[in-house]
Amino acid sequence: MQLFPCPFCGPREESEFHYGGEAGNLRPDGADVTAERWAGYLHMRNNPKGATREVWVHMTCGEFFAMSRDSVNHKVSGSSVLGEAEHGR
Amino acid sequence: MTRHYSALSLFKEGLAGQTGWVKAWRSPDPKPRYDAVIIGGGGHGLATAYYLAKNHGVTNVALLEKGWIGGGNTGRNTTVVRSNYFYPESAAIYGLAHSLYKTLSKDLNYNVMFSARGILTLAHSEAAMETAARSVNAIQVNGIDCELFSVEDVRRVVPIYNFSPDARFPVYGGTWQPSGGTARHDAVAWGYARAASRLGVDIIQNCEITDFIIEGGRCRGVVTSRGAIRAERTGMAVAGHSSVLAAKAGFRLPVNSYALQACVSEPVKPIIDTVVISPDTGVYVSQSDKGELVIGGALDRIPSYGQRGNLQVLEGVIAGMLEMFPIFGQLKMMRQWAGIVDVVPDSSPIIGESPLPGLFLNCGWGTGGFKAIPAGGTLLAHLLATGQHHDISRPFDLDRFARGRLIDEAAGSGIAH
Repeated sequence: MQLFPCPFCGPREESEFHYGGEAGNLRPDGADVTAERWAGYLHMRNNPKGATREVWVHMTCGEFFAMSRDSVNHKVSGSSVLGEAEHGR
Repeated sequence: MTRHYSALSLFKEGLAGQTGWVKAWRSPDPKPRYDAVIIGGGGHGLATAYYLAKNHGVTNVALLEKGWIGGGNTGRNTTVVRSNYFYPESAAIYGLAHSLYKTLSKDLNYNVMFSARGILTLAHSEAAMETAARSVNAIQVNGIDCELFSVEDVRRVVPIYNFSPDARFPVYGGTWQPSGGTARHDAVAWGYARAASRLGVDIIQNCEITDFIIEGGRCRGVVTSRGAIRAERTGMAVAGHSSVLAAKAGFRLPVNSYALQACVSEPVKPIIDTVVISPDTGVYVSQSDKGELVIGGALDRIPSYGQRGNLQVLEGVIAGMLEMFPIFGQLKMMRQWAGIVDVVPDSSPIIGESPLPGLFLNCGWGTGGFKAIPAGGTLLAHLLATGQHHDISRPFDLDRFARGRLIDEAAGSGIAH
């Protein structure tokens, strides 16, 4: 069982966490968003092999946060409270 | 020299001391130019090469594989073949694959050991039985064989199932596809490779794509670890690594890569002669011809390119398997592994020309690629030969994500992927 670092609770078992998507995938603003741009936000992913930065939720405390991770060897290099770049607010 | 496989050639070679067999496929050096290049030496890529040569007469083809053929998901799946899907588009594509599997050994002159042993998907509640009835109706309307099973039917087919009154997931019945079954996964890869090679396709292993040759806004070939190879049409069938190649070609795909694991037990005497799927435990079990129980479950929950399973998910799979079959409690597990699968939001494949003209996609099969190999190959070969969609592949074009016309088998068939 891998431990993931929740920035609010500290290291906890991976089964307490849920993947929430790639960090920085911001919802397009405005009324006239093209179908392609909207599909890009909804569906298209970078899905990187190697270093990634992702949004996760720690289900037991309910907080969303950003985690930097390697998608090949699964090593976690850090986690932080969500910044403006990750959720746009 | 013996090329054709038959009982007679086996007998003759026996008399000749087995000295006349030729290698199943050639391993030539890559040429600088081909009519078509296929990236990925798994089942889908190899089948594409074969059908390009057989159906379309395009034989000046290179198949490029970064490792060894059949070493990815084709060698890592649980060998199940079925076509009991909800939507007509899915029934057409998986039905095509299923019908080709039935005659594949003969077509390829290679025994892929397709065994129509039936597939049973259980229902564990009254509500699940109602969903099962709806599903059976839809599948029958799609022209696919499927029956609704009562508890008695289930008991007849899998008497060793856990029917005890205090079972955590009691059996209410299920759906049964009698023509579903299993095939020998390695043989599918090797059979397609051998047949394609005999038709003139160059199968080139240990040849990794490092970049695409893009000229005038079109894909004109690939740069590989063994030099540049030019072709007017390039197809890619690389499953969990589709996003990595797409990034090199300058576009994104609606794909998330996850590890999907499976495991096998030590070989035991014949005890289960069908494939049993329990949606509530998330586990399915069949028995290989060697006697191993082949056990699969749901995806690991963490996006990954690491071809190994996560212990937590394996524990859940084993627990589910024991709930289904308490009789297996003393069984020793022999091997466990994982493959990287390409999961798409609607759990349906992506087939069609990519945003980079001249580059064609076959990906997005998620956890269900093995059963679709003959169809994926037929349809990508059609695209590479004609530049146009086959009627069966058109609904699966990448453009469905911008048009909103998804084929949501995750909801339709309740697949976990």
